[in-house]
Amino acid sequence: MSEGHSTYTPKTGIERWFDARMPLPRMVYDSFIAYPVPRNLNYAWTFGGILAIMLVAQILTGIVLAMHYTADTNLAFNSVEKIMRDVNSGWLLRYLHSNGASFFFVAVYIHIFRGLYYGSYKAPRELLWILGCIIYLLMMATGFMGYVLPWGQMSFWGATVITGFFSAIPLVGDWIQQLLLGGFAVDNPTLNRFFALHYLLPFMIAGVVVLHVWALHVVGQSNPTGIEVKSKTDTVAFTPYATIKDAFGMIVFLFFFAYFVFYLPNFLGHPDNYTVANPLKTPAHIVPEWYFLPFYAILRAITFNIGPINSKLGGVLCMFGAIVMLFLVPWLDTSKVRSAVYRPWYKLFFWLFAADAVLLGWLGSQPAEGSFVFMAQMATLFYFAFFLVVLPVLGLIETPRRLPNSITEAVLEKNKGAGGGHPAGANAAPETKG
Amino acid sequence: MSATDTQDPNRRDFLYVATGMAAVVGAGAVAWPFIDQMRPDASTLALASVEVDVSSLTPGMSLIVKWRGKPVVVRNRTEQEMKDGEAVNLADLKDPIARNANLPADAPATDANRTTPGKEAWMVMVQVCTHLGCIPLGQEGDFGGWFCPCHGSVYDTAGRIRKGPAPENMAVPVFKFISDTKILIG
Amino acid sequence: MKKILTSLALLGLLAGGIGAVGSAAMAAEEAHNAAAPTHFPIDEPKEMDWSFAGPFGTYDKAQLQRGLKVYKEVCSACHSMNLVAFRTLEGLGYSEAQVKSFAAEYTIHDGPNDAGDMFDRPGKPSDHFPAPFANEEAAAASNGGAAPPDMSLLAKARGVERGFPRFVFDIFTQYAQGGPDYIHSLLTGYDQTPPAGMVIPEGTHYNPYFMSGVSLKMPKPLSDGQVTYDDGSPQTVDQYSRDVSAFLMWAAEPHLEDRKKTGFRVLVFLLLFGALVYLTKRKVWEGVAH
Repeated sequence: MSEGHSTYTPKTGIERWFDARMPLPRMVYDSFIAYPVPRNLNYAWTFGGILAIMLVAQILTGIVLAMHYTADTNLAFNSVEKIMRDVNSGWLLRYLHSNGASFFFVAVYIHIFRGLYYGSYKAPRELLWILGCIIYLLMMATGFMGYVLPWGQMSFWGATVITGFFSAIPLVGDWIQQLLLGGFAVDNPTLNRFFALHYLLPFMIAGVVVLHVWALHVVGQSNPTGIEVKSKTDTVAFTPYATIKDAFGMIVFLFFFAYFVFYLPNFLGHPDNYTVANPLKTPAHIVPEWYFLPFYAILRAITFNIGPINSKLGGVLCMFGAIVMLFLVPWLDTSKVRSAVYRPWYKLFFWLFAADAVLLGWLGSQPAEGSFVFMAQMATLFYFAFFLVVLPVLGLIETPRRLPNSITEAVLEKNKGAGGGHPAGANAAPETKG
Repeated sequence: MSATDTQDPNRRDFLYVATGMAAVVGAGAVAWPFIDQMRPDASTLALASVEVDVSSLTPGMSLIVKWRGKPVVVRNRTEQEMKDGEAVNLADLKDPIARNANLPADAPATDANRTTPGKEAWMVMVQVCTHLGCIPLGQEGDFGGWFCPCHGSVYDTAGRIRKGPAPENMAVPVFKFISDTKILIG
Repeated sequence: MKKILTSLALLGLLAGGIGAVGSAAMAAEEAHNAAAPTHFPIDEPKEMDWSFAGPFGTYDKAQLQRGLKVYKEVCSACHSMNLVAFRTLEGLGYSEAQVKSFAAEYTIHDGPNDAGDMFDRPGKPSDHFPAPFANEEAAAASNGGAAPPDMSLLAKARGVERGFPRFVFDIFTQYAQGGPDYIHSLLTGYDQTPPAGMVIPEGTHYNPYFMSGVSLKMPKPLSDGQVTYDDGSPQTVDQYSRDVSAFLMWAAEPHLEDRKKTGFRVLVFLLLFGALVYLTKRKVWEGVAH
């Protein structure tokens, strides 16, 4: 759709001067003003923009927190408390950053599930999807290392458990674990490198985000019908249409974010992290941050040996496998139809999968005992079955509903049903703006 | 959504302007904490005053305390140093202003104005060269006061700049004698 | 094939169903064995009315002052409060002079002086509360092997798991008082008779509200009339416990009032700004079917 034909015409002398030397204004105009977006995008599509501002917010609050933080096992905990008590607006910046991580993940999960529901990963958007998965992985690494920095009990034991994953690797596991830790246990070298990497990774995320947006602008946005844009009437200009809609979505999202920051700033954290790390005493229940809980449940569900693979390695493999599934989705799904709107069976399984992910999250927060273990095993089984059985098989046997011929037709059909709309104006406006 | 709204450009303009203004106000309010956090924090401000016990200083002795991260010299001057200080003609001074935080900003740099009334023997002064922030050496240089080895600024016995590149007399901080032997700086 | 898919769908539903009944079953299992419970605390903390709860919560300064008195006269014998500086006590409604004289009652180990010696001096507002023991080992040795925890963050470092579905309701009720509720319940939870057959380890004290076992090393710290109040408040264990819990919440979260006040302004702004943007959005999209 945007095959490089630019509609930008520099008007002033300065614009012409820039355009001849470094056409940055042209790029901004083509990508964020004239860029055509499908007219039928719903609010689920505002989460891309929301994620962008969350990344910027995390980087900004993170940089100012780093001005006061000390990465030393003797000082880290107290330096965070100094931020909370003495630094001007320090409590606000720190709560923004810690809750910001959680809300970053809230947004990314909605973004991922939106992609799964509307089949946004399907050709030609496989690379776009994979770049997104890479961002998600980097976010997980960043979030994990950031959680270690306050040097509370959960920081320490979380770091111990997660770096312990690597010791499950046969032969070289212990060597890799020591390489990561810079010692035999989590200690000062670990804290220092985690701080360095926690500062670095967000900029790598920003880099991959640039690629993600680039890929998006080559293939264009998907939309709720899953039908490709066919004519100009299918689209509207990014500005003002998508910009203002994104802005509204962001404000609603920020409202929920602010509610937690100001009224429930520790709701998503764990009380044990307000106790300074003690390498000699493990807390009663170690739980990761909520956004890792489903994977944590999968890790603990493997309590049995699978052939030559012992349960420890099996758990780690299943946990990483659960993320690998996401990378493979574009090829696992065999359906010719993108959107779940026209796939009744897929819609059912999608919601079951979403419920399964929530259930796994809850199980991850519960002690691994009694009936919880069996439930986690069932839920893990369903998680993998969704990707490895449902997605490939359903595409072959499911009969999709009738697809509209174009986005415009779908929109007009919907508006007729609702008994309103201005078909004439609807066609005219995008043409003049686009 | 009614047709009249579309044809009322005034209302539309008002809405756009109001929304834009709200966005600017919001952005400003968000920016503030990011700037605010740079200011000295509560624990730093709490150390903004120090009490010094000067009972052990006989004339001709000094001590140095750290105040706000800088050295403050407390010197019990000798008779000779005070006489030298008083003898200076104000017209000979490079900087004729007292630079004493306890006095009005335009007070002249007399020897008395560099100290505190009734305790003229005592110099309390931030011992930092007003040129580029080095620490001058005490009781050295042509005027028997302070000499900065970095770029050769010379101060007299009342800490006034007499020679060299420094532009101002050394600063006298806010201080007071809370008893005969105790000084509160800051 | 359809059969496999149907059974997978059922599997998904089944997992969810088990989830619902599973937790109930676990609770039932537990109730069986009162003498050897496996989950702690045995009794859930009592939810109290705190002045600092809710969106407009503020600290009751008189209560904080009483709580400080309880901390100073009772708790501080064993518990440090390393992160709290005297200067911050102005937040309890004290004047600068009062804080100064309060600080001067403490002896601070400082140094080295010019001769290289450590020395003792009266406290200054910029000092923090001195710890009762020189180090954690000394604290543990004097207290039967368990070092009393530092109290600076205790009100945020303790909280009993709320469980589903209560943690969902907590979002709407803004329940964030798990720490003070727990501390209050623990302090008032002594003097109860353990169930028949329960083994209480030597040198520990039964308390059904303790979150990591049937009993704890700390003996009952408060008794009626132990601390004298000047403002006529009842001098009971319950009142002491409430006051010191509130004080510890302040110690852990001194900027709570500021946070809630700022939060209200931010939410009101976002509401108004959101309404404006929504109206603008409607205007922009007017006449464009989507």
